[in-house]
Amino acid sequence: MAVVALKDGYTGEVRDRVENFHGNWVTYLHWEDHLSFCAALAFPFPPDMPFGALLEEVLPTYYGMHPDWANIDWSAVRWTLDGQDFTPDPAKALKDQGFHHKSLLRFWTPGLKGPADSCS
Amino acid sequence: MAKKKKMGLKQKYALLTRGLDWETTYQPMDKVFPYDKFEGIKIKDWDAWEDPFRLTMDAYWKFQAEKERKLYAVIDSFSQNNGHLGLTDARYLSAVKLFLTGVSPLEYMAHRQFAHLGRHLRGAGPRVAAQMQSLDELRHAQTQIHTISHYNRYFDGFHDWQHMHDRVWYLSVPKSFFDDAASAGPFEFLTSISFSFEYVLTNLLFVPFMSGAAYNGDLATVTFGFSAQSDESRHMTLGLEVIKFMLEQDEGNVPIVQRWIDKWFWRGYRLLSLVGMMMDYMLPKKIMSWQEAWEMYFEEQGGALFEDLARYGIRPPKYHDVASKEKDRISHEVWAIFYQYTHAAGFHTWDVDEAHKAWLSEKYPNTFDKLYRPRLEMWKGMADAGNRFYNNALPQLCTTCQIPMGFTEPDDPSTICFRSSEYGGDTYHFCSDGCKDIFDHEPEKYVQSWLPVHQIYQGNCGGASVEDVLKWYHLNLGTDNMAYEGSPEQKLWSQWMAGRHPVAAE
Repeated sequence: MAVVALKDGYTGEVRDRVENFHGNWVTYLHWEDHLSFCAALAFPFPPDMPFGALLEEVLPTYYGMHPDWANIDWSAVRWTLDGQDFTPDPAKALKDQGFHHKSLLRFWTPGLKGPADSCS
Repeated sequence: MAKKKKMGLKQKYALLTRGLDWETTYQPMDKVFPYDKFEGIKIKDWDAWEDPFRLTMDAYWKFQAEKERKLYAVIDSFSQNNGHLGLTDARYLSAVKLFLTGVSPLEYMAHRQFAHLGRHLRGAGPRVAAQMQSLDELRHAQTQIHTISHYNRYFDGFHDWQHMHDRVWYLSVPKSFFDDAASAGPFEFLTSISFSFEYVLTNLLFVPFMSGAAYNGDLATVTFGFSAQSDESRHMTLGLEVIKFMLEQDEGNVPIVQRWIDKWFWRGYRLLSLVGMMMDYMLPKKIMSWQEAWEMYFEEQGGALFEDLARYGIRPPKYHDVASKEKDRISHEVWAIFYQYTHAAGFHTWDVDEAHKAWLSEKYPNTFDKLYRPRLEMWKGMADAGNRFYNNALPQLCTTCQIPMGFTEPDDPSTICFRSSEYGGDTYHFCSDGCKDIFDHEPEKYVQSWLPVHQIYQGNCGGASVEDVLKWYHLNLGTDNMAYEGSPEQKLWSQWMAGRHPVAAE
């Protein structure tokens, strides 16, 4: 549907277009079943950042304080990227494995559901 | 000489709204009133408008002046008697800070927009009603600022509410809500604010705040609430009148109005999740739970309203069933957001004590012990170990309501509800089907959303570090923000209360 506006052909500035982010892509990360992190996290990542940097630096920095973090079996983790099953390659850049500006990466860590299985 | 008979109110009102109006001849009416047709609402007879109050200007001034006199007498005495010492606890003030920074600026915005309508509606009756509401809203903004200013002398976070409203991340929620309404045409604005907000949802905003104030010794807020009460009932009546007027004027108006009701129900409901959090978590002395308020004020009262509107072909707002499914979780989900981002907020949050947890458990038997108690206990454990939990990354926001995407699937309270749309080669994310529908209908509007998190990453908010951004918000670091435990406000309050104990012990 098109907006009903006083002026014919009204259109607005796309405020979050990729050009506005100084070469970065906004990327959202979400650890499923751990809602003590209230929402997915948003980061401005350079698209040529390797997935390994996300795994080794970003995730532990922001999720590492959770008691479940140390118990993750990384070989069992399930990932989706923008709703599709995804097998990350740590050596490859984000842009070379299907990420785009404002992609959402979700991951499930089997057997871990926060304190008392509360999904926190 | 025979004395001229004084006119009655009804006669004066008729002259004001009919007798003083005319059809323009030098310029076509469509040029004089350029805004009231493009939305597609057809009005055949503006004179069919019936204002149930039939208030004239002189009567209006008289009533309002009387209320002002009372209000200022009460707040003078409140201030002279150190009324703030009668609060149940300084934690209560987080609710007032949220109100002053989130709601009072909207009163001012309502003043501006009703002034616009008071000029631009074609019928003199609705124009006069809009003018009076414009004055009411200005008065509400003013009385709120005056009464709440008392707390600014003693407590933190009250010092720059308008500046904060325009910049702080969570205040973009109420700000963008109102900007959305004010940038629509006049009929959508009336549907959004007068009907959906002031008629359908108002009891879920004002009753919690005003009763919360009364229960917690906040005479300042109670006073402006009382002073606004008769205005609010006028606004509610206007809201219903506007809807019926549009629906009666032309059958073609029905689907347009229905879509607005759907949209503004959802927008308003999402905004009220902040109120739910306030009710369930911020009031030291509770009034009722969010769930109880939703059942009473929306499911029961709103249900009756929509039965009444069914004869016009109007059905209950889309996704009202989703709102009811969420009634036992949204307040907990929103508290989680503010608890972990309280280092970036202009008010405090705290670890919930045992009595409070017992209350939540009783009010939310299906969700609290299973989903939220373990979370609160984990956080308490972290705080006790000296690692109070603050989330140091920024959250993903919904493009439409701008709330961090912390709401869960309608049928699964343990999984975040992720929705998205593609438009013009970009992806947009939403917290719900309700917010997605709103975007999909008018993407040209919402691609412009000023999302605070993205604005920070674009470099538009004072700098790259959290500290830079908070300074740009005009937050005083270490006093306005962070946990209540250990805050200067808590220290001050404890000192004051300790000073009272010798007297209380006698």
